[in-house]
Amino acid sequence: MEQKKVVMDAEGIDRSLTRIAYEILEKNKGVRELVLVGIQTRGVFLAERLCRKISGIEGKKIPLGLLDITLYRDDLQTSHRAPRLGKTDIPFSLDGKKVVLIDDVLFTGRTIRAAMDCLIDFGRPKRIQLAVLIDRGHRELPIRADFVGKNLPSSLWEAVSVSLTEKDGIDEVVIEEST
Amino acid sequence: MTLLLKGGRVVDPSRKVDGTGDLLIENGKIARSAGELDQTGKSRGKGAPPGVEVLDLRGKIVVPGLIDMHTHLREPGFEYKETVASGSEAAVAGGFTSVACMPNTNPVNDNRSITEFIRRKAAECGLANVYPIAAISLKSEGALLSEYWDLKDAGAIGFSDDGRSVMNAALMRRALEYASSLDMPVIAHCEDRNLSAGGMMHEGFVSTEIGLPGIPGIAEDVMVARDILLAEYTGAHLHIAHVSTAGAVHLIREAKARGVRVTAETAPHYFTLTDEAVRTFDTAAKVYPPLRGAEDREAIREGLRDGTIDVIASDHAPHARTDKEVEFDYAASGITGLETSLALSFGLVDEGLLTLPELIEKMTVNAARILRIPKGTLAEGADADITIIDPQREWTVDRALFRSRGKNTPFHNRPLKGKAVLTIVGGEIRYRDC
Amino acid sequence: MKLNRKDILGIQELSVEEIDLILETADSFIEVSTREIKKVPTLRGKTVVNLFYEASTRTRTSFEIAGKRLSADTINISASTSSVVKGETLIDTAKNLEAMNPDIIVIRHSAAGAPHMLAGILRQSIINAGDGAHEHPTQALLDMMTIRTKKGGIAGLKVAIVGDITHSRVARSNIHGLTKMGARVCVSGPATMIPRGIEKMGVAVHFRIEEAIRDADIIMMLRIQTEREKQNIFPSLREYAQYFSLNRKNIGFARKDVLIMHPGPINRGVEISPDIADGPHSIILDQVTNGVAVRMALLYLLTGGIS
Repeated sequence: MEQKKVVMDAEGIDRSLTRIAYEILEKNKGVRELVLVGIQTRGVFLAERLCRKISGIEGKKIPLGLLDITLYRDDLQTSHRAPRLGKTDIPFSLDGKKVVLIDDVLFTGRTIRAAMDCLIDFGRPKRIQLAVLIDRGHRELPIRADFVGKNLPSSLWEAVSVSLTEKDGIDEVVIEEST
Repeated sequence: MTLLLKGGRVVDPSRKVDGTGDLLIENGKIARSAGELDQTGKSRGKGAPPGVEVLDLRGKIVVPGLIDMHTHLREPGFEYKETVASGSEAAVAGGFTSVACMPNTNPVNDNRSITEFIRRKAAECGLANVYPIAAISLKSEGALLSEYWDLKDAGAIGFSDDGRSVMNAALMRRALEYASSLDMPVIAHCEDRNLSAGGMMHEGFVSTEIGLPGIPGIAEDVMVARDILLAEYTGAHLHIAHVSTAGAVHLIREAKARGVRVTAETAPHYFTLTDEAVRTFDTAAKVYPPLRGAEDREAIREGLRDGTIDVIASDHAPHARTDKEVEFDYAASGITGLETSLALSFGLVDEGLLTLPELIEKMTVNAARILRIPKGTLAEGADADITIIDPQREWTVDRALFRSRGKNTPFHNRPLKGKAVLTIVGGEIRYRDC
Repeated sequence: MKLNRKDILGIQELSVEEIDLILETADSFIEVSTREIKKVPTLRGKTVVNLFYEASTRTRTSFEIAGKRLSADTINISASTSSVVKGETLIDTAKNLEAMNPDIIVIRHSAAGAPHMLAGILRQSIINAGDGAHEHPTQALLDMMTIRTKKGGIAGLKVAIVGDITHSRVARSNIHGLTKMGARVCVSGPATMIPRGIEKMGVAVHFRIEEAIRDADIIMMLRIQTEREKQNIFPSLREYAQYFSLNRKNIGFARKDVLIMHPGPINRGVEISPDIADGPHSIILDQVTNGVAVRMALLYLLTGGIS
């Protein structure tokens, strides 16, 4: 039996992103040297939305990159999933930049580890921060998000899935428990 | 030992016999052959003297000892591939009581001492009758004739440069003339070596697709045509070895119709497989002449059916693993055939292409007549060379069980039907699987 | 979709879906080669052996760079084919390599089927880097990738492959690949260089180059091996260059936007005139660039995931 619970709807997601946009600006004291990098695939859409919000607030466009971490994964040999490559596009130098990495769900932390390794291969940012829509806990690495849309304590038997209009046709966060 | 073979279906094409009957074997000869014999050898008599082994052969087929007129026993020189002894073991296990062996040994069998050596080796192991075929030319180099009279005297029964086609037409002419004066056949390996140069497999769509250099069918046809013309001109007896092409079958059929003294053989792989077997680069399917196209295979079968092809011979060509477990380009050519030949040929009867007597004729008396050897018959007084076949026996080819040292077969794991279960050579049971 | 095979031996056995997957993956790898640090950690700790029994600069280097950009350890072994005759057999060499536990063995060999033999024996993934005149799958894949990138697709294009088709593994792999992907393919060359029954592979045959390249979108020129002269495959380089080469005179038969490809190395002035090889239609160097990406894609797809 499966139980499905919507924990965030479109408005909730949008409000969280608005708050995160302000927090990013506050913490970084404006947009100087600030760049956003979304992690494929849903992190990219969240990054685009944050980019628009920040530009709207500050009246300035900030650089946006996208990152596919597949080549940096540590489970290529053991994953049952087909290795599928996405696009990586960071059309600017990262040297001395304040990078905000953006992903949908923070879970074990392994994706973020891979993303940081990848970023560092592109240059030497001044600092890297992390923004996520959902932090569901269960970290396996010493990684913590700087900006969190919603903390969602979950059990390992639960699946947290984020749907975004750009890809899934709807904005919502759902938690499912399989028994 | 006295043997009484009772109740089998006796098929002896040499006497046009096909029916249930008994055979009494005494002193290595066929003493009596009749509808029904008692143990004294008298028809419908009574009483049984001791020391007579009676074999109940109901459901079995009793035929003259099979003859394989084209084998390679590899000795001397290539004992790691096969010896006269291991080849003889393979022969009797395959139902063959007599084999002729080709001269491409090392040294080449082009002189009395090699011919005598082979016969001595055969006598030592005492399993099958082994008839050496001597070389047409010294070292099979295609230049100078070997000593045919001396070789015949030593026991050779034919001449062939098998494996190395005689490119020089003048030499082939002389060979035919010279052998003819001895009433011996010249057995031609027909291949124009300029046309076949560098080839690895049949030239056709498969070779085009997989990029292996091809050997065109015409490499064979051209030589068959030439040799037929030479045989026609000299009046000599030409026997064409391992026919593999539709063109060759056609040429031989025409020549026979004109009265040319030409006979021909093919091997089981040519009527069973096609060049598709090479697609996987299986070196076990690398053989000269190469496995041909489907239309060639059909022509070979038709040639067998209409009598254009007189003989089925295995072209038993054993090789060691090291000769075959290499790249296709470098792999040795040839198929180990003695232990699969009968069952593969038996398939032709099951399919209705040949009658049983027609098949047995091609594996016994026809070869005996071509080689002029007193074999291939169950007539009273003949040597008691007899093969008993179980036509219902179903078995699966397992190269590991071959008596031959050569395990090189493309038929490994192939289910077959029909098997020699008893091989009697000179009145002695040399192989028994029943 | 996932590449569910242990080995890449030829294009003939690949499905359209598999080719698509490989080409799409290769597209993603183009970007890695443009980075400042042209290296990703994906195959860290993996070992790729390049076992070359035939001279090769381009393909071997391409595989080596591909492996290194994925952080694999790449080892090159150049063996001469002659040692096969007197030295260690291919199987012994391969079994020795296997004992050292590499992950992928890339093999080039002058004997058709050599990679297939290894694939049947070894547990490692085997990539065929060219076997005799049989197949050269990575070349065909990089050719298809280049065509797709330049033309936006393969289906419906007219491709002329010109040269010694009989002895060309590049031609065979491309015929398999391009016809599968929906291109119209024709081959051209002197009759001595056109193998029997090639039409059954789904290609048209023209003996005159002008007919072959008429309205072609792509012309793929093959290298003429000069030693064929001695085998009466063609009478002289002079005659070949005059009647079978691609040059300024005959290129007008092709479409205005025709693209010229060549697997290399080029015999300038024999099968292709220098001004054409270096001219605006030539995408010969794009092929080389894409070669690295295609080989990265294959190394990646063969090691990625467990099936």
